Amino acid sequence: MNESPLTALFGYFAMLSLFAVGGANAAIPEMHRIAVEVMGWMTNRQFADMFAIAQLSPGPNVIIVTLIGYHVAGITGALVATVGMCGPTCLVAFGVAHVWDRFKDAPWRIAIQAGLVPVSLGLIGASAFVLAHAADNNVYAGAITAVTAVVAFATRINPLWIFAVGGLLGLSGWL
Amino acid sequence: MPNPEAAPGATIERPSLYELFKAFTIVSVSGFGGALPWARRMIVEQRRWMTTEEFNEAFALSQFLPGPNLVNFSVVFGLRFGGPFGAVVTLAGLMVPPLVIVIILGVLYERFGDLEVLSRMLSGITAAAAGLLIAVVAKMAAPMFLKQWNSAPVIAILAFAGVAIMHWPLPLVFAVLAPVSIGLAWFKR
Repeated sequence: MNESPLTALFGYFAMLSLFAVGGANAAIPEMHRIAVEVMGWMTNRQFADMFAIAQLSPGPNVIIVTLIGYHVAGITGALVATVGMCGPTCLVAFGVAHVWDRFKDAPWRIAIQAGLVPVSLGLIGASAFVLAHAADNNVYAGAITAVTAVVAFATRINPLWIFAVGGLLGLSGWL
Repeated sequence: MPNPEAAPGATIERPSLYELFKAFTIVSVSGFGGALPWARRMIVEQRRWMTTEEFNEAFALSQFLPGPNLVNFSVVFGLRFGGPFGAVVTLAGLMVPPLVIVIILGVLYERFGDLEVLSRMLSGITAAAAGLLIAVVAKMAAPMFLKQWNSAPVIAILAFAGVAIMHWPLPLVFAVLAPVSIGLAWFKR
């Protein structure tokens, strides 16, 4: 791993984005594996914190790559990581959007779409598992995760309120 | 190059580039905890640029494509309603405001991240964020797992186990399971 951090950031996120079917959340375990285990850019805890900051920020959750880039190489790193994550897939989206509507009823298109849904779902589920594992260091944090999951599933409450409650409970020193 | 055949709502006037940029900026800065609900609200309910069905189709395409779903969606939507320049402005509207906000937050975290207070607060929010993601997965999985069982839930469980339990690299899991899953879907038609 002698390459410069910027090259590594760009190459890694560009590669990851092209495999990240299911969106940014499906790619979280792979980001974690590279950033923490392979490259040693940050600790488990720092990664979990960055996910929390990305969730706190408005906008698409993919913004976590901006934080990782910033952590590794400052503002330039933030921009390089973001462009790496979004650039190649935008070009793909641009090209595919042109032809996709034309094959709306084609059997191969229907099969591709039906086949990708379960894979993508399993990957997003893995993201949830990895994050809960990193965040839940004790029984209270585990309880917050469990209660949040139930409340968010059963009600239409704005998630921001749940984050506020979680933050206050953390502040109170229980976690 | 504009592509008039791609705008199905022919009665609706094509929004200007400025309107597209403004709409996606609003979606972006409102979208705490994910911007998808806000995008749908803006495009289907407020601006009425797309019907529910049109939105669902465009988003399905964005999900099918690799990479961040909403980023893809902004390109698909912008291209359809404003040509290549439309795609550029919707993407910019979606990404630039949160980019600035998150870098400011990142600077604050790097400077104060080791403070006990912020770190304790973040540990509570992280636990909640994990729960929120679990709820989203449950909502998405419910239709697939409650219908009659076929290969789809098995594929989903295999993908989950490969990445979460076995810690295999995501590209490997994807490269093995996706062709199998697409093949099964093909023969099930």
